[in-house]
Amino acid sequence: MADVIAVVLLLAVAAYACAGGTDYGAGFWDLTAGGAERGARPRWLIDHAMAPVWEVNNVWLVFVFVIMWTGFPTLFQTVFSAMWLPLALAAIGLVLRGAGFALRKPLRHLAGRRLYGAVFAIASLLTPFFLGAAVGGVASGRAVPGTEASAHAWSNPTSVLFGLIAIVATAFLGAVFLAGDAARYGAPDLVGYFRRRALGSVVALAVLAGIMLTVTRSDAPHVWHGLTHGVGLGLVILAGVCSLATGWLLLRRPGVWPRITAVGVVAAAVLAWGAAQRPYLIPTSLTVAEGAGAPGSLRWTGLVTLVALLLVCPAVAFLYWLDTHGELEPLSDTDLRRTEPDHDDPTELN
Amino acid sequence: MHTTVTLLADVPAQLLPARELMAFTLASHIILVPLGVALPLITLVMHYRGLRRNDPVALLLARRWSAVMAVQFAVGVVTGTVLSFEFGLLWPGLMGKWGGVFGIGFGVEAWAFFLEAVLIAIYLYGWRRLKPRTHFLLGLPLPAAALLGAFGILAANAWMNTPQGFTLDADGNPEDVHIWSAIFTPMFGPQYWHFVVAMLITAGYTVAGVYAVGWLRGRRDRYHRLGFTVPFTLAAVFTPVQFLLGDSIARSVFHKQPVKFAATELVWRTDTHVPEYIFGRLHPDGSVSGGIRIPQFDSILAGFTPGTKVTGLTSVPADDRPTPAQATLAHWAFDLMVVIGSLLILLALWYGWCRLRQHRLPASPWFFRAAACAGVASVIAVECGWITAEVGRQPWIVYRHMRIAEAVTATRSTSLWIMLGLVIVVYVFIFGSLLAVLLKMRTGWRLADARRAAGEWTDEPESDTPYGPRARVPADDPPSDGGTGAGPDEDGRP
Repeated sequence: MADVIAVVLLLAVAAYACAGGTDYGAGFWDLTAGGAERGARPRWLIDHAMAPVWEVNNVWLVFVFVIMWTGFPTLFQTVFSAMWLPLALAAIGLVLRGAGFALRKPLRHLAGRRLYGAVFAIASLLTPFFLGAAVGGVASGRAVPGTEASAHAWSNPTSVLFGLIAIVATAFLGAVFLAGDAARYGAPDLVGYFRRRALGSVVALAVLAGIMLTVTRSDAPHVWHGLTHGVGLGLVILAGVCSLATGWLLLRRPGVWPRITAVGVVAAAVLAWGAAQRPYLIPTSLTVAEGAGAPGSLRWTGLVTLVALLLVCPAVAFLYWLDTHGELEPLSDTDLRRTEPDHDDPTELN
Repeated sequence: MHTTVTLLADVPAQLLPARELMAFTLASHIILVPLGVALPLITLVMHYRGLRRNDPVALLLARRWSAVMAVQFAVGVVTGTVLSFEFGLLWPGLMGKWGGVFGIGFGVEAWAFFLEAVLIAIYLYGWRRLKPRTHFLLGLPLPAAALLGAFGILAANAWMNTPQGFTLDADGNPEDVHIWSAIFTPMFGPQYWHFVVAMLITAGYTVAGVYAVGWLRGRRDRYHRLGFTVPFTLAAVFTPVQFLLGDSIARSVFHKQPVKFAATELVWRTDTHVPEYIFGRLHPDGSVSGGIRIPQFDSILAGFTPGTKVTGLTSVPADDRPTPAQATLAHWAFDLMVVIGSLLILLALWYGWCRLRQHRLPASPWFFRAAACAGVASVIAVECGWITAEVGRQPWIVYRHMRIAEAVTATRSTSLWIMLGLVIVVYVFIFGSLLAVLLKMRTGWRLADARRAAGEWTDEPESDTPYGPRARVPADDPPSDGGTGAGPDEDGRP
């Protein structure tokens, strides 16, 4: 049962990496979109695309924590003790990010929008970095049960690389999704804009992956071995194939397919990391079997997950269905007339 | 309180900042909870009324409330996520040892939250394009999802008060976990219903209070009348119910957590014919100064006869019970909650009398002044209830099984103090922004109403909210960064 819950945990991490990652990526491109004038259109698209589902994605992270503390309490305790600082910073980043995005939309003054936008964008960059660094600390086996908070656990080559990879992966996901959204919402110029950025991030991701394989060889030998042999190697190859496919599909026409392959890249990479860690939760000090909580808790965690999936999956699917079928699109006269009066609005200049 | 905490031997230095941080983030989060749990229900009641009677004013109100719901939900998600981080950052010992026993409630809560976020998105976006009936029906599961979320959280908290559903092995670690009995602990029922009704009352009075202010300022149209009566009636009906539930939870505490009961009632020595103190201050020697003393009344309240034996604080060793300062704090919070509850009952009776016997709203401006304050008062009562529950349990994080000092992180106290400072700054920023957004929405709506009355075209009210309908593609020469919507101009503010 512990193995099953470990797989559920890994899948939840992968789900957060993909869903949350897309969100963070949107923030990354918001940050790099340029000044208020130049960045207006990409920012509009980012607001537009993230609006209906944007913070549902953070619930995945809460769920990751819940599985950790019910299924593997020792792991939870260890990770949060050893990685205190990066996780604390990630928490603050999450708050600032959510608040920045949510509260930017109602603002009309340029200065205010700039402030909230900057908060949103910078937090979008830092949060995945620190979460990635914490994962790197686990992968390199530096968070042994009983480790007290120390910089050693997360400021090391593997951690920093994991953090950078997290940022680039979110940028990649964000760009691919935004290119698709641009096509859907009829903004052809933005399709090219985000396509270029998606291709650029694939290249950056490949470079970082190469560096990681050389660094982890000495810095995180267990994970390196797992990534270069057996199932782990298969998943690494799958991630590579998916990224090539994403590039090719993007060049043909952005739509649903590049999204699927892009999610495939990130999901395969996360699963490869999980497979490489087997049979350890923390290489080489805590195995899945050792870290597992009481059998009763594990059973119930599985049951709650199952029931929740039965409840939530149809709801999410329905939301996407409504969204893609235009049921949630505001296509009334008021919207058509909305862009007119802005120039005359005296408060714009305040 | 600070001196007593640090004076106790073997208390780690990081305990104080960790507690302050947890207390601050929870107290802030709690402010958002009533609107999150109960506003969907109130909105749907208004929505139903609008559909049933084909009433555009009711529909407008429901629509605007749904926008408020979305804004506060957005901020609530953020502050809620912080709490799940803090379980690990501040109390790793708690989660490491007991996470497997009581943590499952949070799983239920996370999924319920997920569902709620999806449903809110559909409800808020669906106003324009979905068929009215379909839209309403899709909103109906919202209150159920909110109740489910509350279920998970309250199950976890009730377990910390009356832990069960496990046995301890030779090392004192839990094994043989029975989740069912770990969820349905003795305190769960009383806590859950007391909480749910508190949320309903608080949300009702808060929303009604907004329109009470408008009423006092002379806006006596149907919009304000309806906006006031529907939530106020709901809250007023449930206020007496809450009084009974509050009495029942106090009695449950008396039976299940006698030391907590002793702290909230300032009972020093186990005895019969125990007097009741209203406010007052407990001293380390067991004497009580100040306050109003009612002889024999505490025994009567606890067991209906003066001969009822009430357990005192001294029934357990000094380091197993709240300090006199903590007991005084819990006692004051408890009394304040009861006083506010009693005043709210008087207000509800006043309202009920006028509505049922005279078929009108109370005419006195004092009624509306009181109603305008009722929302704030209920939020204070909610905070007091939470303080009573948490401070009264000291020094236990898991009642009689784990002390707070054993659960706290080993991180240096300096880091925690810095984090506390940062979090306070960030939260002031967030809550200030939230308030500003809500006030701005209100001003926008008021202007939209004025324009509509003058026959002019107006913007849709939800377009300014985080979940609002999405704007169309801006033209290739966008007016400015903020130029996706024509909004209310502020120079028109009254």
